[in-house]
Amino acid sequence: MTAQTPFIEINSVSRIFNGGNGVHDLSIDIPRGSFVVLLGPSGCGKSTTLRLIAGLEIADQGSIKIDGKDVTNTPPSKRGLSMVFQSYALFPHLSVAENIIFGLKVRKTTKGEIKTRLAEALKVTGLEGCEDRKPAELSGGQRQRVALARAIVAGHPLCLMDEPLSNLDAKLRHSVRKDIRDLQQRLGITVVYVTHDQTEAMSMADIVILMKDGRIEQAGNPGDLYLQPATAFAAGFVGSPPMGLLPADALPTDVIPNGLAAKDLIFGIRPEDLILTTEQTGDMAGIPATVTGSEFLGAETFVYVAIPGTDGATARLPGRVHLSPGTEVSLRWAGAAAHWFDRETGRRHATAATSTAANAPSQTTEFQTSELQTTASLPSSPSSLLTL
Amino acid sequence: MNEMAQLKKRRLALYGWMLAAPALALMSLFAFYPAVATFWHSLFTRGTTRRPSVFAGFENYGDLFSDPTFATVAINNLIYAGVTIPVSIFFALAMALWANAHIPARSFVRSAYFTPTILPMIAAANLWLFFYTPDLGVIDQITGFFGAEPTNWLGQPQTALASIIVVTIWKESGFFMIFYLAALQTIPPDLREAARIEGAGRWTYTRRVLLPLLMPTTIFVFVNAMINSVKLIDHLFILTKGGPNNASKLILYWIWEMAFSYFDTPHAAAMTMLVLLTLGIVAVIQFRLVEKRTHYR
Repeated sequence: MTAQTPFIEINSVSRIFNGGNGVHDLSIDIPRGSFVVLLGPSGCGKSTTLRLIAGLEIADQGSIKIDGKDVTNTPPSKRGLSMVFQSYALFPHLSVAENIIFGLKVRKTTKGEIKTRLAEALKVTGLEGCEDRKPAELSGGQRQRVALARAIVAGHPLCLMDEPLSNLDAKLRHSVRKDIRDLQQRLGITVVYVTHDQTEAMSMADIVILMKDGRIEQAGNPGDLYLQPATAFAAGFVGSPPMGLLPADALPTDVIPNGLAAKDLIFGIRPEDLILTTEQTGDMAGIPATVTGSEFLGAETFVYVAIPGTDGATARLPGRVHLSPGTEVSLRWAGAAAHWFDRETGRRHATAATSTAANAPSQTTEFQTSELQTTASLPSSPSSLLTL
Repeated sequence: MNEMAQLKKRRLALYGWMLAAPALALMSLFAFYPAVATFWHSLFTRGTTRRPSVFAGFENYGDLFSDPTFATVAINNLIYAGVTIPVSIFFALAMALWANAHIPARSFVRSAYFTPTILPMIAAANLWLFFYTPDLGVIDQITGFFGAEPTNWLGQPQTALASIIVVTIWKESGFFMIFYLAALQTIPPDLREAARIEGAGRWTYTRRVLLPLLMPTTIFVFVNAMINSVKLIDHLFILTKGGPNNASKLILYWIWEMAFSYFDTPHAAAMTMLVLLTLGIVAVIQFRLVEKRTHYR
């Protein structure tokens, strides 16, 4: 993938709105045929990035290339892309078929070709039989598919999607997620997909680009984001329930990695890595905590615990666990499961391993000072190019 | 059948009639009865003290069709409607599109366009009387600056009707603009962006998306403009009084003249019936034909 020239090259692009929102000095490379998800909380600039690629916004500075062609100032229609809007943006006065072929008609495609393409798009999206209906007569899922059909009918190699599932109910969202992914792979198109839902991002993406305040927080495949969050923000945003983040000075000093000061650290632990024990005796003593509540979800139980001096944490335990609120427990984890972040910058302290267990501080802690590849994209670096 | 259910049904029907009754009573008193009475009145001759009015059948209608003034007035009104309706709708739409765009001093532009609507027609007509004054009026001052001769805009048959039409358009466009402006604001901006990505330019977007979506508003405005083209005659009283030589006389003015200047109420009644009939037919055609092709959200 690295040898190939990227399909979309965004090169230190800035677009700042009145009030300071927007994107700042953004650089992204997107390989051909990949499914890229722009993820982040609202106001993080993910939609702006998408609109910059679409040409609905013009970059204040920097350049955008699609398929090797500089399109920084090219109008949207000349960029060879299609877009699915959050609202679907279907033309309410046109029938399903007219909606789908709107662009083909505008581009004066021949009648015969329009017919074959329409038939194909209807088939792919399973909309056969709805051609003559108006959008108002369709269900939410069907409208979504009309928007998809309109996006793929022109056969553009790039499709942009702006939170296309946010208007669907949870069950439908799950199946459409799979449909979109299948469609993308079958057609071999490049998709840039915007969402604030980390589950969507993790389940669909080849590459997740996590954004915050108009900058890239971390980019990589979903596994990297989950297992090696580059910042405390990334750690807290990805994963459900989110990673527990505790100020390290609330922990016993013996679990802090050697050479680091507890007051400069944030300790992060995934809910599934937390081990709860009710026995206070023996040499297995961990961090004392109190159960505040629990949620039984069938295959697993979320147990919420309060730790003095912190916002608390969540433990994800398999099966059904009975722990009444107020129960005193002790928290432990495997040493490698701990994530350490700088309290000032939020950046990850890359460690090969801290202590193997919370109760074994005597073991030597190895430190890797070299930063991860992806940290090059952190806010502190002035102009960072991501090679994905 | 269940007695209780029947009773309940009857009570509901009674309730419905009770709700409709006030409107029905007022409409009957002030619309239906006068219409029927007018029709009845139009079938009789004009009564004088020496010759009381007698039943004349459709004689009054026959008189109208053989009266050359009727033809003049009807043609005047057709021209008046044929020009004011499309032109004021066009200006209203153009102004709305402009006032809806992101331009500096937007609210000033909007209120400036709306000002003519706030003025009473009589006041507006007086204003335009000054504009049209030969030699001294604003229009002649401007044309005079370019060396043109002073024109008696309202006083000569060639220009009188056109002058009236201009005043009406000036008065109506701002009013219709408000409806278009409101309609434009309900159209989501996403549609424009979607159209842009699909390669539609400004004109294609306007023709294929914007105008169809504004169709319900256009119908509403069209009906209003049509009604106004018949009923809006206030400015005639100030500007031309239908003259010179009936050149700017419209039907309603003529009816008024016939009824209250010449006291020929049977002919005025017959005329009124014809206007009602025409408007009714046009309304039916409109709703049958145009509604079918209109998308309502």
